[in-house]
Amino acid sequence: MSAITRDEVAHLARLSRLALNDDELDHYATQLDAIIESVAKVAEVAAEDVPPSSHALPLTNVFRADEVRPSLTPEQALSGAPAVEDDRFRVPRILGEEA
Amino acid sequence: MSLINKTAAQLGELIAKGEVSAVEVAEAHLDRMAEVEPKIQAFLHVDREITLDQARAVDARLRAGEQLGPLAGVPIAHKDIFTTNDMPTTAASKILEGWRPPFDATVTRRLREAGLVILGKTNLDEFAMGSSTENSAYQVTRNPWDLSRIPGGSSGGSSAAVAAYEAPLSTGTDTGGSIRQPAAVTGIVGMKPTYGGSSRFGLIAFASSLDTPGPFARNVLDAALLQEAFSGHDPLDSTSIDAPVPSVVEAARNADIAGMRIGVVKEFGGEGYQPGVLARYNEAVQLLESLGAKVVEISCPSFATALPAYYLIAPSECSSNLARFDAMRYGLRVGDDGTRSAEEVMALTRAAGFGPEVKRRIMLGTYALSSGYYDAYYGQAQKVRTVISREFEAAFHQVDVLVSPTTPTTAFPIGERADDPMAMYLADLCTIPSNLAGNAAISVPCGLADEDGLPVGLQIMAPVLGDDRCYRVGAAVEKALESRWGGPLLKEAPAL
Amino acid sequence: MTTMMAYDEALDRFEPVLGLETHVELGTASKMFCGCRTTFGAPPNTQVCPTCLALPGSLPVANAQAIESTIRIGLALNCSIAEWCRFARKNYFYPDMPKNYQISQYDEPLCFDGYLDVEIDGETVRIEIERVHLEEDTGKSTHVGGATGRIQGADYSIVDYNRAGIPLVEIVTKPIPGTDRLAPEVAKAYVTELREIMRSLGVSDVRMEEGSLRCDVNVSLMPRGSSEWGTRTETKNVNSLRSVERAVRSEIERQAAILADGGRILQETRHFHEDTGTTTSGRSKEEAQDYRYFPEPDLVPIAPDTAWVAELKATLPELPSVKRKRLQAEWGLSDLDMQAMHNADAIDLVEATVTAGAPAADARKWWMGELARRANETGVALADLPITPAQIARVTELVASGALNDKLAREVLEGVLAGEGTPDEVVEKRGLQIVNDEGELAAIIDEVLAGNADAAEKVRSGKIAAVGALVGGVMKASRGKADAARARVLILEKLGVSE
Repeated sequence: MSAITRDEVAHLARLSRLALNDDELDHYATQLDAIIESVAKVAEVAAEDVPPSSHALPLTNVFRADEVRPSLTPEQALSGAPAVEDDRFRVPRILGEEA
Repeated sequence: MSLINKTAAQLGELIAKGEVSAVEVAEAHLDRMAEVEPKIQAFLHVDREITLDQARAVDARLRAGEQLGPLAGVPIAHKDIFTTNDMPTTAASKILEGWRPPFDATVTRRLREAGLVILGKTNLDEFAMGSSTENSAYQVTRNPWDLSRIPGGSSGGSSAAVAAYEAPLSTGTDTGGSIRQPAAVTGIVGMKPTYGGSSRFGLIAFASSLDTPGPFARNVLDAALLQEAFSGHDPLDSTSIDAPVPSVVEAARNADIAGMRIGVVKEFGGEGYQPGVLARYNEAVQLLESLGAKVVEISCPSFATALPAYYLIAPSECSSNLARFDAMRYGLRVGDDGTRSAEEVMALTRAAGFGPEVKRRIMLGTYALSSGYYDAYYGQAQKVRTVISREFEAAFHQVDVLVSPTTPTTAFPIGERADDPMAMYLADLCTIPSNLAGNAAISVPCGLADEDGLPVGLQIMAPVLGDDRCYRVGAAVEKALESRWGGPLLKEAPAL
Repeated sequence: MTTMMAYDEALDRFEPVLGLETHVELGTASKMFCGCRTTFGAPPNTQVCPTCLALPGSLPVANAQAIESTIRIGLALNCSIAEWCRFARKNYFYPDMPKNYQISQYDEPLCFDGYLDVEIDGETVRIEIERVHLEEDTGKSTHVGGATGRIQGADYSIVDYNRAGIPLVEIVTKPIPGTDRLAPEVAKAYVTELREIMRSLGVSDVRMEEGSLRCDVNVSLMPRGSSEWGTRTETKNVNSLRSVERAVRSEIERQAAILADGGRILQETRHFHEDTGTTTSGRSKEEAQDYRYFPEPDLVPIAPDTAWVAELKATLPELPSVKRKRLQAEWGLSDLDMQAMHNADAIDLVEATVTAGAPAADARKWWMGELARRANETGVALADLPITPAQIARVTELVASGALNDKLAREVLEGVLAGEGTPDEVVEKRGLQIVNDEGELAAIIDEVLAGNADAAEKVRSGKIAAVGALVGGVMKASRGKADAARARVLILEKLGVSE
C-alpha cells in the first residue's frame, strides 16, 4: 500500500503553489511515497512523554527595543520587483478574498 | 612557494608586514581561478574589478594604520547563499537569477570589516538542498581530486574552491552536513559551529532551526581564524547566542589532547560504510589514543532515527521558508500575460523556477505539516529531536568529544545518485545528529581510502559552545597526520 | 436580492449567538519584527526593509514594547498570562503578505481566559475572552481596472507594504449566548469598551476609520427552545461602532429568513457594506484552508517573568468602567447624565478640565453644551476641537471671578476655537472684560434712566418687576459687558427703592 496517492500529491502541489503536469505528478508521487515510507521510521522512537523541540537550543525572551531604524528607499525596495506602478509592487489580479 | 599555496594565516601575516599587498594576493588567486575554473566550476559569480577594488581599499586601510585583524587582505569565497550588496545572490536557483540584495549578510559584513576580500560567490545545491552540488540550477562543480566526482554538498563550490587552491578560505552553511561532508570528500577542514554561534542574518533560509554558517579552510588554524572573524552575538538574529565566542584560535594552536576523553559513536560504522573509510577512521581513533586521549565507546541508539527526523523537520521548515519566492516582489516571474491571476503566476513561476529536489522537499514539508499528519510526522520528528539532544547530553557527561566518520563513503561519481533521493540523503547520516542538537562538529582529513584514493574525513563532535574542543582535537589529529604524511593531505591531489 | 426577516420576528423565533474577533494595531514606534516606522499614511513603500518585505536572508526580531502592550491588554481583560509561549507561522499564499506566512500565535497565546464586563441599560453583561495574541499586519493592495475598483473584476493590483509587519493584537471572545434582543447593542458596547480600554492603556490610537481597530463579527442563530448552536458566519469589513451594531442586526435578519425558509446557513466569510447596512458573501473558498501552523523557528519562545507581569498588573491604569463609576460619584451625576457624557466621548475631557481646576458641573456644562454643539456643527470629534481642557478651566475661572459672564464666556470660547489665542488673549483682543468700574457703570445707568423715564417711574412707584427692562438697557448700552446683578442693585439704589 502506498503512503501517498497521486491525488494527495496534486493537493500538495496546489497548496505549495507548484504548477505540475501529469507526468511530474506521477514522478513525484513515486518518489514521495518512498521518502515518506522511509521517514515514517520516526515513529519507532518511543517518545510519548518527551516534549517536542522546535529549536536547537533553549533560548527564551529575545527582544529588540522599540526603536526606529532606517528603512530602505522606495528605489531599493522596488529594485528587484518584476513590475512597478506608482511606487507600488504591481501584481497580477488577485483571486480569493479581500484580506 | 606561490601565494596561492600559503595558508590564510601566512597570507595575513605577509600582508600585515607589508611584504605583499592585498591586491597582489587577490590577483594571484584570480589568476588561479582563471586557470582552473573551466575544470572545477566552483564559482557562480566572479567580478575581477570588484574584487580588486576591495583589495585596494584594504591596502589603503592598512596603510592608514587601521587595525584589521589577522585575516586582513586575505581573499575569501562566499557560498552564494549569503547576501552581498555588491554581487548577485542566487542560492543557485533560477528563481533568484540576477537578484541583487540591497544588504549584506552579517557574516559577509563582518568579514568585509575585518578586511577579507571577496573573490566571488560559490556554487551550491539549489537553496542548499543536496549533498553533491548537482542540484545547482546553473552548473555542476567538480571534485579537484577526481573531476568525474562530486565535491560534496550543499556547499560544494566552497569546498572545491579551497581544495583547488582558488581560495584559501571560504564560507559555507551546514543544515544537515553541508559543510562537513564537502570538506571530507575534498580533503579539507570544514566546521559547523554551535547553532546560534554564527549569525543567520542574510543567509537565505533553508531550514531555520538547523542552518549554521561555518568556515572552510585547508588547515584547522585557518578555519578557526575565519570562524572567530565572523562569530559573535548578532542582534539581528533572534537565535544568535549572546555569550562569549569560544576561544577557537587558541584551541587550534594548542593541539594537546593528553587526558581528553573521546567517545566513539557505536552506531556509526559497519554495514553501509565503505571499507576504506572505516580503515582510515579506525586508524584515526588509534591515533587519538596514542596522543594520550582516553577512548571509550558510546552508544547513541536514537542517532539511527536522526535521518528520518531530519527529512521531516528540514522540509517542513523549507516549505514555509521558500513560500516567499512567489514572483510578486523580486525574482523570476513566469506567465504574467495580463489575464492570469496572481495565484496562477505564482504556481507557474515556482514550477519553472525551482528544481526537482526543491519541489520534492517543499511538497514533503507541506505534507508533514498538514492537519492530520502533523502529529505523526513533524510532531514526532521534534520529539526525536529532543531524544537525540538528550543522548548527546548524556554522552558529553562521559566524554569531552565524540568521533565518527564524517561520511559513509568517499566522493561518489557525478550522476550516480542524482535521481535517487534516498541514496543521496545517506551522505548525511553521520552529520545530521549535530544539526538537530545544535552542537559543534568539525571534519578534518584523515587520509585516503585504499580502494579509490579519495579523501576521508574524521568528524569530531563537541557540546553546545564547545567549539574550541573540535579545534583542539582537530589540530592534534592534523599535526600528527601531517608529520606522518610529510605535509597536508592535499599535496596528494592530482595537479589540475 | 437577499431576503430579510424583520428583526422582531427573527428574535421571536431564534436566539443569536455572537462571537467577536477584534484586531488592534499597536501604536509602537517601530514594527513588530523590524525597525521600520509605523506612521499612518506615509508615501507607499517608504517604511519597508528587508525583513518586512521578506527579502531572502532577512530575519525577524520581536519588539519588546509590543509584547509588553499585549500583556497589559491581557491583564486589563482579566486574562491569565502564559508562562511560556511561542510564535507560530500561519502558512497561506497571498500577495499582500510578503513571506506568504503570517507570524502569529496558534495554540499558545500570550494571554487567555479573561473577561470583559459591559453595561447595557444599567445591566452588566459578562463577555468571556478566549485569547489575546500577537501577530503582524499585512500590506495593502489597491485593485486597478474593472468597473468597481473592488477585487472582483480588477485587471491587476498594486501593493504597498508600509503596513506589513505592524504589530497586531487579536482579541477573541468565547461564543456569547444569551444576549437575546440586545445582541447588536452588546456587540457595539463590547467594542466600545474595548476601544476605551486600549485608549486608557495608551497602547493604540484605536481609530476604526484608519483601520487601527478592526472587528470581525460572528453570528449564528438557534431556534428558540433548541440548545444546539447553528452554523456561524464571519462578517469582515466592519469599520465603525455603528457598523458593528448594524452588521449583527443584518446578519440576524438574513439568517432568520434563510432558516425560516428551511434553508441552510453556509459557514463563510461575509463582507459588510456601510452604504446598504447589509452583508454579502465573500468568495467561497475552493478548498478548506490548511494553514499548517508550526512553531516559528526564527523566533525564540517568550517566557514572561512573573515578577514583571505582577508589576505590569500593579501599574495598570484605572480601567474606564471603574473610572466612570468613581467620577460619577465624585461629580454627583445621574446615570443618565453619565451615559450621555460617555456616549459623547466627553468623560476624559471633563475629567481633564476638572483636574485643571474647574468645578465638575461647569466643566460638564461647557463640554456637553456649547462645545458639543460646535463639534456637531463642524463634524469633528469633541476631543479634536482646537481647545484644551485647561483653556475651558480658565474660562470657568474667569466666570467665577466675575470677570466674565456666560455670554462673554461663549464669545471667548468662540475666539479660542477660531484660533485667536488663549482665553486671556481673546478677552484682551476682543475687549470682553465685564465693566467693573462703578463710575463707568453709574454713568451708563444715568443715561439709561434718562432715556427710559416711564420705566424708571414704574419702579419708583413699587413695580419692581419693571427693573428688568432697565437692566436690559444697561446690558445693551454696555454691549453685554456690564455685570447685570450689580447694575440691578445700583438702579434700585438710585431710584430709592428697596426690595
